[in-house]
Amino acid sequence: MYELILFLTLLALGFGVGQYLETLHYKSIINRESSLRHIPAIATKHLPRDFTSCSTKMVYGNVVISIDFFKKFVSGMRSIVGGRISSYETLIDRARREAILRMKKQAACQGANYVFNVKMETSSISKGRRDSIGSVEVLAYGTAIIKSKSTNKHNNLIN
Amino acid sequence: MILTTLESVPGKTITQHLGLVQGSTVRAKHAGRDIMAGLKNIFGGELKGYTELLHESREEAIARMTEQAQSIGANAVLNIRFSTSSITQGASELFTYGTAVKLD
Repeated sequence: MYELILFLTLLALGFGVGQYLETLHYKSIINRESSLRHIPAIATKHLPRDFTSCSTKMVYGNVVISIDFFKKFVSGMRSIVGGRISSYETLIDRARREAILRMKKQAACQGANYVFNVKMETSSISKGRRDSIGSVEVLAYGTAIIKSKSTNKHNNLIN
Repeated sequence: MILTTLESVPGKTITQHLGLVQGSTVRAKHAGRDIMAGLKNIFGGELKGYTELLHESREEAIARMTEQAQSIGANAVLNIRFSTSSITQGASELFTYGTAVKLD
């Protein structure tokens, strides 16, 4: 009986707090995405020909995000009947966008104009354990292109 | 030392290829972080302890790769890639590799 009560409490906590935290996180992601829109992340590895006098710097950002108890339960139910597990979709979506934002933030600190050759890498942490923590790590990395020294100085003065 | 994920560095030419360099580190999570992660597992959200742990480990892997590149006389590492693999429960390997070159 106590176990059932504990389970239901955890489920309710996971649902309430988890949803709230996710909404907050999405809000913050959307805000920061619009503020870092001036640094495009580009997946191509070839620089345009006129990019000769720029300096480069490797930038990366990583994040580990965990799923909440409610979503884990729902996804467990879902795996019986099969189909889309939307609770995991939002988890990974949040992790990817957050990792890209952190990478862009690092690029912004260097005064970069672009991030080229962006690669992503996803790995699940503590795989294969029975009571495993449903968490994923996403790493985004790329090369920040700082177009010229003079504009860079100018940006620093503004900041 | 120039580190880049691109295949070239703008405005510079490659004078010598020195082959592949790599750096790796295997890290285990410690119990304190695991307990906090267990709590977070109920509420969801970011596991800051793990994020930091993996970030530090990756920096170490990069440092090892840079060291190796320096020891063979390179001044840049091009086309860097990262890779993560979990070896056993609770331990993961962070691996990074790239091509060491001499630039002019």
